[in-house]
Amino acid sequence: MADLNSLIAAEDPKSADGKLPDEALPEPRSQGKLVLRKFLRHKLAMVCTGILLLLVLTVLIMPIFWPYSYEDSSFPSFAKPSGDYPLGTTQVGKEMVSQILRGTQYSLLIALIVSIVATTIGTVFGAMAGYLRGFTDSAISRVTDLFLIVPQIAAAAILAKVFGGGSWYIVAMVLAAFGWMPIARIARAESMSLSQREFVDAARASGAGTFHIVFKHLVPNMVGLITVNATLAIAQAVLIEAALSFIGLGVQLPDTSLGRVILENYSQLQNRPALFFGPFVVLVLISLTINFIGDGLRDAFDPRQRRMKA
Amino acid sequence: MRSSSLNLVIYILRRLAISIPVLLVGTFLCFIMVAGTGDPLAEMKSNPAMSKEAIAQMASQLGLDQSIVPRYFTWLGNFVTGEWGVSIAQGNAQAPVFPKVMAAFEVTLKLVVGAEILALVLGVLVGVVAAVKQYSIVDYIATTLAFLLFSMPIFCVAIVLKGYAIEFNGWVRDLGLSDVLGNPWIRTTSPESLNFDGPGGFLASYVGAYLLPTLSIMAISFAAYSRFQRASMLETLNADYVRTARAKGLANGRVIFRHAFRNALIPVTTLFSVNFGAVLSGAIITETVFNWNGMGKLLVEAVTKSDTQVMMGWLVLIAGSIIVANLIADLMYGILDPRIRVG
Repeated sequence: MADLNSLIAAEDPKSADGKLPDEALPEPRSQGKLVLRKFLRHKLAMVCTGILLLLVLTVLIMPIFWPYSYEDSSFPSFAKPSGDYPLGTTQVGKEMVSQILRGTQYSLLIALIVSIVATTIGTVFGAMAGYLRGFTDSAISRVTDLFLIVPQIAAAAILAKVFGGGSWYIVAMVLAAFGWMPIARIARAESMSLSQREFVDAARASGAGTFHIVFKHLVPNMVGLITVNATLAIAQAVLIEAALSFIGLGVQLPDTSLGRVILENYSQLQNRPALFFGPFVVLVLISLTINFIGDGLRDAFDPRQRRMKA
Repeated sequence: MRSSSLNLVIYILRRLAISIPVLLVGTFLCFIMVAGTGDPLAEMKSNPAMSKEAIAQMASQLGLDQSIVPRYFTWLGNFVTGEWGVSIAQGNAQAPVFPKVMAAFEVTLKLVVGAEILALVLGVLVGVVAAVKQYSIVDYIATTLAFLLFSMPIFCVAIVLKGYAIEFNGWVRDLGLSDVLGNPWIRTTSPESLNFDGPGGFLASYVGAYLLPTLSIMAISFAAYSRFQRASMLETLNADYVRTARAKGLANGRVIFRHAFRNALIPVTTLFSVNFGAVLSGAIITETVFNWNGMGKLLVEAVTKSDTQVMMGWLVLIAGSIIVANLIADLMYGILDPRIRVG
């Protein structure tokens, strides 16, 4: 690229004059660099990234220093929030901050896995269906329809029970198994429109196989769309996992999650609000920041959007 | 006119016919899934009072001594003739599934339909205003609110509403307003215990019972609809044909409503169709918080007790309703967009 630029520069009268060399000779920018630059300028998304990073680091590091263990239930029952117990203790005598830290670890882990697995399945299915059309497309589309006729939460509840339910990884896998369809639909539409473009014809003409075209040409061109949707899928997964655990059909002890922590303590909303609002605020903070980051990424990946808004 | 309405009927029938294989395969997969949830007779077997013969008889009555494929076809045969089986969980054993599931579905459907219509109307309205007044204070407030609500877990919205309604009812009692407003006015539990006097009292207690769950479901749907409507409205407002309409000298209101708004409604209908399953999930969770005897409670009960018959009835009914919702959305799509004619 640099060689090409210097060639162009040599023919460019302005740079020959030595005027405005910087503007006439912009540094070659990859798409990644452009996107990163736009994202870094997106104030709200940057603030949210900061908050989320802080939260993740806190959840990973703080348990090491925190004096109370999540397993220890020898504290007084329903101790008021005080210097000793910042958010109080639960009915069975567990310290609340340690519960939230552990619940957040699990919630984030589950959501991350759900997003990665669902995005991978959805992208592969969608990209294949959109490129191959015909029989493959109808088959994949029918399967997508099939998975969409049962609500994710109900299917996950039943499947979790089938697999002996309750462990965090089982909950993650069953949520992913019923969470890939929206991404598959998006990927299919994008793959279908990209397949009409010349570079796909060129690849085919030079003898590239289906796999090569789909995974080396189509999928890399969808990276923006996929990244945005994978990010938003994390926020969705945090919420759906919390809901599933809240109705008692998701994560079971000894594993936990924010949904479970809320389930165990929500009856104390009036008398001991900290027990409910503690995990609630963390949950909203996670999904809110991720949603804003996703929005920022969408703007950053959008080539039409030049103007950056706050 | 007559031929077009005939076309419509044919289209609907054809669409429903296409859904039948999807439903058939779907029910088969559901059947396998549900059969894996555990032994429905486990509780019975652990009961020392039950004789081996009685358990074996129960098992053969349920077809549990057969392999899964013939069992599925037996179930399917019974199911299509209206025999949805009986609940096999202890406690409410032998209760027929069909009335049980239908009663729960009615509760949920009443709640969901009202809440969704309100959310759709409000969401579309706010979305249009936010788009027309882009980057104004209204737009920022609407955007912030939508993001906040969208990031809220629905059960937490419900819990908070319930908690503060209980406080509110306490104030009403303390202020001695109970005679005027009814006591307690806002219900935080299921509507079955409604006791009302006359049409006015009926309306008040109906509103009182539905208020909080409706608000919870609306909160999340409203957020999605308003964001979506804003985006599609912005797109149409910047379209060439809208500029043409303005250039012709049409009044601003006419341009916005006749030209931009009508076309901007189309994407929201697709969102509605994709969203219906998620909306049902939201209702399931909301009902759990308010302790309604709807689909949510039924699902939790059936899954916890491995009540296969109830689970199957539940799944098929929900699947059918999602298919119908998709069909309605497709029909609306055809009405709103003249380029997409059904038939």
